Amino acid sequence: MIAKIVIAAAAMLAATACANAEDRPLKIGWLMSYTGPGAAAGAASDTAIEVFFKKFGRTIAGRKTEIIKRDTTGPAPDVARRLAQELIVGEKVDFLAGMDFTPNTMAVAPLSTSAKVPLLIVNSATSGILAKHPYAVRFGFTTTEMAQQLAGYASKQGFKSVYTFVQEFEPGLDAEAMFLREYKAAGGTIAGSVRAPLKATDFSAYIQRIKDANPDAVFVFMTASELPPIFLRQFKEAGLDPAKIIGIGDITDEASLPSAGDAALGVVTAFHYTQTHDSAANKEFIDAFKSLAPERPVSFVPVVSYDVLRAIYQVVEAQKGELTPDRTMELLKQIKFESPRGPIAIDPATRDIVQTIWFRKVEKRDGQIVNVEFASTPDVKDPGSAR
Amino acid sequence: MSDVTLDLARMMVARRARWTTIEIIFWVAAAASYFLFPTKLVLLTQILIGGLFAMSLDLLLGYGGIPSFGHAAFFGLGAYAAGLLAAHGWGEPVSGVFAGGAAAGSLGFAFSAVIARVRGAAVLMVTLCIGLLLFEAASRMPWLTGGDTGLQGIEMWPLLGLFEFDLFGRTGFWYAYATAFLLYLAARRYVHSPEGLALKGMRENHDRVPMLGVSTVRRKMIAFTISATIAGMAGALLAQTTQIVALETLSFERSVAALVMLIVGGIGTLIGGFLGAATFIWLRDVLSALHPVYWMFWLGLALIALVLMARGGLVGALSRLTARLARVRTMR
Repeated sequence: MIAKIVIAAAAMLAATACANAEDRPLKIGWLMSYTGPGAAAGAASDTAIEVFFKKFGRTIAGRKTEIIKRDTTGPAPDVARRLAQELIVGEKVDFLAGMDFTPNTMAVAPLSTSAKVPLLIVNSATSGILAKHPYAVRFGFTTTEMAQQLAGYASKQGFKSVYTFVQEFEPGLDAEAMFLREYKAAGGTIAGSVRAPLKATDFSAYIQRIKDANPDAVFVFMTASELPPIFLRQFKEAGLDPAKIIGIGDITDEASLPSAGDAALGVVTAFHYTQTHDSAANKEFIDAFKSLAPERPVSFVPVVSYDVLRAIYQVVEAQKGELTPDRTMELLKQIKFESPRGPIAIDPATRDIVQTIWFRKVEKRDGQIVNVEFASTPDVKDPGSAR
Repeated sequence: MSDVTLDLARMMVARRARWTTIEIIFWVAAAASYFLFPTKLVLLTQILIGGLFAMSLDLLLGYGGIPSFGHAAFFGLGAYAAGLLAAHGWGEPVSGVFAGGAAAGSLGFAFSAVIARVRGAAVLMVTLCIGLLLFEAASRMPWLTGGDTGLQGIEMWPLLGLFEFDLFGRTGFWYAYATAFLLYLAARRYVHSPEGLALKGMRENHDRVPMLGVSTVRRKMIAFTISATIAGMAGALLAQTTQIVALETLSFERSVAALVMLIVGGIGTLIGGFLGAATFIWLRDVLSALHPVYWMFWLGLALIALVLMARGGLVGALSRLTARLARVRTMR
């Protein structure tokens, strides 16, 4: 008799647990650019979501995961803000995640703060985003940390003079300021600096100026898109040596590297993820990714998207599905695991990523143009803005 | 002119100025949507603002027959004016809208002197260039406009000192509704006034209007300035309710979107702009949520279908429908 009651009670409990999972899905608002510039990254992050579900399942702590995707249509802060507002008010999401262009993130972050919805940033590289927004965490990188590393590299290589070229928007200005500060502090000379508008698609005039200045090296930051290959090709066509370029890894992003072709050979970049990174975690990720989308290149956006989802699952698991924003943030600050890019952690003080930064050179391997790691700096934190 | 013809003319003008069913239904439905879609208030607010902007273009294109490819210049200028004001410590919303309107109206007035003196393709060229000039200027002055990052740090004071701008967008909605409605009434008054009649006269037969002793240059300048002012006020509303101003508010795409809204809704009807905005923005939202990647294809398809099947826009289709219904009723 007692056994029967116990079984009945257990069955009822199980039923309510199931009902809970049905009633209370774990909602993640996923904001990415699926159209416009950056559309390739949006599509790649979709594949990463599938890879993640395949490995970690669609339910966590009794809650069914529901990812609500919205298209921010490129750098469009007003669109991003409206979508985030609707996700918070209408869908009542537990997390906001994704985010590519800095302007979009800066528009969404105040909403995350006032509604206390944790915001997990995949890829907005401006240094100062997090400080004012206690519910925002960054899993990508900052252009300042990359610029700092590259300034160190440039002075170690003995380059006497460096020209800087960046795109004129927040992360670009951040990168330029940090490079100038660090490189000058190390005793280097800046041969000149030039900035191109974000929408410029022809760089020959800028490259001519660089050529006239005849520097030892050129520091380059352009956001990952179809534009860096154009820059690289024009750079080579102007008779300059691609090996003179030291840049942030966006410019040799695996998604656009094939279209740069031989013009990218010899370019040195600093970045957080390299497709050829030699580790079991990376191999597993790439195999799973390629089995879902064989023709799609694996780049940093899908890897960071995957890490973001992994962090979400960890904090939901730790709270057994009963989420409070403040506890979630506490747990997010303790995140530490081996990502396909290398070991990562979140800095509890700044909520920014702590990761290994890799120096890579573009080489030809088995007929393919790839980034190859040759040095690294472990546990790099965002140094803050130099502006 | 004899008294009889004058009376007849007055009657005709008065009849044309009467409220149509479509207009009444739209404004009632817009108010009702607040209660029907409480989670979509931000979108509804943007529909009202988009409609107001399309209506400002309608004054030019629909009534004056003056096309503009760069109307976003005025919309964006209004948005930046109101945004900058609020970002630098003056967050009072109502005066902000007037400031936006004044800024855009002044620029409109300055350019209207040129535009009133050219016709046809030249008008398109000049308006297109105003749009491009302003866009480039804003993008080359990041210290003022925030450039590609957008103008951040806009903080609005409570509306009339009473209503906070909330996360749900409740205040924003009623604020935009009231402003759009008042400006709609004003625009209505304008197009049915002698001034507006002269404008329509120019659309129908440009060369004949001067023969009636009416200066086309002055009429056009007035129309262009009014249109620019309303566009600027719409921009200011957008800046205040979203609390961010993107370069996109000045872009060619926004000018074209307003034109599309107008064609979908019905040119030369005032309410057409609002109906078009409702259709366009709502479709865009639904389709992009259904399929984040390929939604633009479906949007294009839907718009082509609408334009082909509903001549005279939605207003044209709806009034044909009501006319047919009325005929059926009288036949019975």
